[in-house]
Amino acid sequence: MGQMSGAQMVCEAIIAEGVKTVFGYPGGAIMHVYDEIYKQNGFEHILNRHEQAAVHAADGYARATGEVGVAMVTSGPGFTNAVTGLATAYMDSIPLIVISGQVPLSLIGTDGFQEIDAVGISRPCTKHNFLVRSIEELPRVLKEAFYIARSGRPGPVLVDIPKDITVDIGEFIYPDSVNIPSYKPTYKGNKRQIEKAVEAIKKSKKPLLYIGGGAVLSGAYALIRELAKKTQIPVVETLMARGVMGADNPLLLGMLGMHGNYASNMAMSETDLVISLGARFDDRVTGKLSEFAKYADIIHVDIDAANIGKLVDVDYPIVGDVTEVLEAMLPQLDDVDTDRYEAWRNILKRYDELHPQSYVDSDEVIKPQWAIERVGELVGEDAIITSDVGQHQMWAAQHYPFDRPRQWINSGGLGTMGFGFPAALGAKRAFPDKTVINVTGDGSILMNMQELVTAAEYKIPVINLILNNHFLGMVRQWQTFFYEKRYSETDLSFQPNWKALAEACGGIGYDVTTKAEFDAALKDAIAQDKVCFMNVAVNRFEDVLPMVPAGGALFNMMLPQTTKGDA
Amino acid sequence: MVHSINERRVISVIVMNESSVLTRITALFAARGYNIESLTVAPIPNSEMSHITIATNGSAKLMEQITKQLHKLIPVYKVIEHEEMVEKEMVLAKFPIAENLADISVLSAAYNGGVVNVGKEMIIVMVADEPKRIKHFIEAAQRYNPCEIVRGGVVAIER
Ligand SMILES: Cc1ncc(C[n+]2csc(CCOP(=O)(O)OP(=O)(O)O)c2C)c(N)n1
Ligand SMILES: [Mg+2]
Repeated sequence: MGQMSGAQMVCEAIIAEGVKTVFGYPGGAIMHVYDEIYKQNGFEHILNRHEQAAVHAADGYARATGEVGVAMVTSGPGFTNAVTGLATAYMDSIPLIVISGQVPLSLIGTDGFQEIDAVGISRPCTKHNFLVRSIEELPRVLKEAFYIARSGRPGPVLVDIPKDITVDIGEFIYPDSVNIPSYKPTYKGNKRQIEKAVEAIKKSKKPLLYIGGGAVLSGAYALIRELAKKTQIPVVETLMARGVMGADNPLLLGMLGMHGNYASNMAMSETDLVISLGARFDDRVTGKLSEFAKYADIIHVDIDAANIGKLVDVDYPIVGDVTEVLEAMLPQLDDVDTDRYEAWRNILKRYDELHPQSYVDSDEVIKPQWAIERVGELVGEDAIITSDVGQHQMWAAQHYPFDRPRQWINSGGLGTMGFGFPAALGAKRAFPDKTVINVTGDGSILMNMQELVTAAEYKIPVINLILNNHFLGMVRQWQTFFYEKRYSETDLSFQPNWKALAEACGGIGYDVTTKAEFDAALKDAIAQDKVCFMNVAVNRFEDVLPMVPAGGALFNMMLPQTTKGDA
Repeated sequence: MVHSINERRVISVIVMNESSVLTRITALFAARGYNIESLTVAPIPNSEMSHITIATNGSAKLMEQITKQLHKLIPVYKVIEHEEMVEKEMVLAKFPIAENLADISVLSAAYNGGVVNVGKEMIIVMVADEPKRIKHFIEAAQRYNPCEIVRGGVVAIER
């Protein structure tokens, strides 16, 4: 493509990678790149109002599409603001490129203005990072960054570019392939191991499919549904895997873990064979490890070998991509005897009847669970749901009828309050025809509320459904249960005027206190093409149940009152 | 995770020569709470790679994690957890010239070494031996009032 500046190379690489939207925020060290952005029309740039939000927006875009998201920030404070975004993407294995400006090479190490060791800071929260050292290596580094971000176990990659390199002129030939001798992800599972796993499935009496976020990343949902259908093996999903099976699927028991439903957690406690597909045995899922799946052998399929055997001992380790492993596994299960598992399915069915996912509804006050279910009834599969972090997140995960992967976007691994709104902007930009709703709390939403301005300016009409309990509710719940109701710094009685706040930034606000108002507001919000705050007053002291206290065994659940008896 | 059974292990890590690769490795050990007893690094002749030898300790399970986590680093080409290996460590030691030089010379010869430098006030010896024997050498050397002992760290090679 000839001679060009480093700044131009950055733009050309973004275009070559097919990225249509970049999120970012300019500043001194990245100005040459922004100058080139101004001149090109291969992609659009969205000016978020905070670098953290820019990275979350690119992350939301990536989660909604499965493509690599791109964010751009300046050096120093621009970069440090982006760190939470990187860490959020890292924990959930989201393919993301963050391009940061850096002080000129000659100033590196001199405590220059807005100099910060970006590769040093981001090392533990990126899959890989680069400090570009010359214009000659820039095209290769950009190509490798995209490749590393999306291949193997995906993750965020930082490319830190000193300002002088963005001015330097060099030859731009964007490589069409990558050769990193030290990086060769394993996609195909070991044939022998797969055969052994199949034998184990055929021999087991109480098998359980345990599906994690890796199944979403791998695009394996259709194969997983086929596997479940063919074998009639019941399924539990992690927080990150909601939507893989589809809410109506009769084999789906629900979500397991700290706020999993009774049947799912009991299934994990009693199964004799865990078939883990893209899950990583997170402590929020396993509870007390020594009691976790105590009677089970474990098949663990994961593209990241380090996940296998990290927390639990695995009997059938299979390093590989869930999709490729299932493609090899499925034909070998043609003769599986589905009746074998019938008694097991019946046990689990009884568990679910005994303690279904439930709550006590009310006519006086809106229950947050009702609000989620109502959204599900009104928009259901048409919507993409993002969320922040707290009780509202768990209620959304428990009660929304997700029926496809990538419909549910949340920060599972890092649990980042403030993620939901900017992530919704990214998702909406990727899918303008879908209704995008950020289920949020009165605490979380304030952590990136400046994005009202971004959403208004670019006409990105996302709905922020604030389940307003006037509390940092999840922390309050722990204080109720474990700190004798000492509500230390969790009372959010002092509130902004939500409607006015939204309006001041060019959006719309709704204050909702009754079910009738709820329906009316939601319908209106969907019809409008403006960003909104839908402030829904919900029962203040509602708890997320079931709950497994941290470190407790999965089968020791605190259950909702509607259900009878003790677990 | 609590790492209990402490057994000494040596791993070789073959890495691409690029800036900050060593930081990536030491940072990984620090972040995940793994122990480094000794670490040496040097380029592999006629290649674009370096050989890092790390002596650490922990259970077999922990070693498996360390190996896998190292492997995840993009510039890490190969990780070898040694079972059958030749292990050596080099040591430089400085003694006052007034000490019994014949004894010091015999001592260092016993540990695959010898005198490498003699000055007006000091004599310097070099030895190279297995880590266990190096410990003995250092103990024995104490008799001659060493002014300084510098250990080179363990290097290992598969047998
Ligand atoms: C950035 C950040 N800070 C603190 C926390 C700890 N935290 C987890 S949930 C929560 C409360 C969230 O309150 P709100 O958004 O109102 O949601 P609710 O639980 O009330 O539904 C807090 C403070 C966090 N997860 N992220
Ligand atoms: Mg709240």
